[in-house]
Amino acid sequence: MSVARNWRLQQQRYRLTGERCDTCGAAIFPPRDVCPECEAPAKTPLVFSGRGEIYSYSTVYHPPAEFETAAPYMVALVRLEEGPMVAAQLTDVDKGSVSIGMPVEMVTRKIRAEGDEGIIAYGYKFRPAGI
Amino acid sequence: MTHDGRLMKPARDVGILGYGAYVPRYRLPATEVERIWTDGEGGTPINEKAVPGLDEDVVTISIEAARNALARAGDAVDPARIGAVWVGSESHPYAVKPTSTIVAEAIGAVPYTQAADWQFACKAGTEAMQAAIGFVGSGMVQVAMAIGADTAQGRPGDALEYTAGAGGAAYLLGAAEDALAVFEGSFSFVTDTPDFWRRAYQHYPSHGGRFTGEPAYFRHITEAAQGLMAALGTSAADYHYAIFHQPNVKFPQTVARQLGFTQEQIAAGMFVGDVGNTYAAASMLGLTGILDVAAPGERILLVSFGSGAGSDAFSLRVTEKIEARRNRAPATRAYVTRRAPIDYAMYARYRGKLTMK
Ligand SMILES: [Zn+2]
Repeated sequence: MSVARNWRLQQQRYRLTGERCDTCGAAIFPPRDVCPECEAPAKTPLVFSGRGEIYSYSTVYHPPAEFETAAPYMVALVRLEEGPMVAAQLTDVDKGSVSIGMPVEMVTRKIRAEGDEGIIAYGYKFRPAGI
Repeated sequence: MTHDGRLMKPARDVGILGYGAYVPRYRLPATEVERIWTDGEGGTPINEKAVPGLDEDVVTISIEAARNALARAGDAVDPARIGAVWVGSESHPYAVKPTSTIVAEAIGAVPYTQAADWQFACKAGTEAMQAAIGFVGSGMVQVAMAIGADTAQGRPGDALEYTAGAGGAAYLLGAAEDALAVFEGSFSFVTDTPDFWRRAYQHYPSHGGRFTGEPAYFRHITEAAQGLMAALGTSAADYHYAIFHQPNVKFPQTVARQLGFTQEQIAAGMFVGDVGNTYAAASMLGLTGILDVAAPGERILLVSFGSGAGSDAFSLRVTEKIEARRNRAPATRAYVTRRAPIDYAMYARYRGKLTMK
């Protein structure tokens, strides 16, 4: 991914910043400037709580390029407390410890690095809620 | 020698509005290092050390600690009004590109803020805190954040490999009236001492054998602590708690005794045995553990040490605001006791010690 594209996505990636629809009140993630519920324009920023629960999950053993050093790792669809569903990596989890409905929380972690010389991309992942 | 006029105290009183700790969950037992390098016969300076996961570094550790500090401060701090975000570390992920801007962006402090990275071995965090006291105390900003975080590396087989740990601690400093603990003053003692260093482009540090104990750690901590107490007219008995930098278990226990402190006074802030030396985070992490248990009115002495060498000493008094805020984020002890043990092979992978190409 280009340095420029990484930079444009920073707010949404670092803090889980989406949008709130001023017409119907829907919480929107990722931000798309149009409400998926009522199709009204929606541009009011909303920082999500980061809390949610696991809707489904899977383990990646054969990762795409740039993610090889992290495999095996788990990915999940997370239903955010505010409503939207988001796909993300899970972190700080052990094999066999994840289940559907498990409460999780957002955490900002390294997503990938472009070799030893490129930019390090940080973004949201989810981990089991609480410590 | 007189210490008149050497006490560092701002024009208006400054305190801690919120504090936060973070320690990665992975642990390398010292017996694993001992098994690999000394056939189990070397002896171990700690139980185990915290190891960052594959997706953790000083940026992510700082963000976690900073979010805990913001959670504790609650309504007392609007992230957008934080006037400075300063991160002290010897393991910033980039040689050129600040850690602090990434942390500031992640906590919502950008763009109208000051941001900078600090370095001075294990005291990079406390010097950021000292500067933040000045920044707030002079009225230049209302709130400043000072963070100490590290993911230190020890050369494989070196004595430091047992202890070089990972962790972070963050402090939001602001007006004393809103604070859960107020700074009574600070005092620094610095000399050019060749006890420990790492040259540019080098992965692992070097240390100057005979310089590491007496002329470095013990001299600087003792001078800073005694200087501060002389300037404030306090003695060891006036403090309920004390924290001295923790490169291993023995050094802080010994310097505490030499300065007239009991082991009970340092117990609540001692984490090195279970997380290792967290470098720039070490003494600041100790302070978070003490704030987790301290009662209003109690006094705390904090003394850092950074190789090269120097110590910053701080005297604090806890206020009644501690009660409502401490439970808004996880206790440091909970991070310390949470553990996922790994063996030396997994440690070698997590710390990038395997050659992939
Ligand atoms: Zn809508």
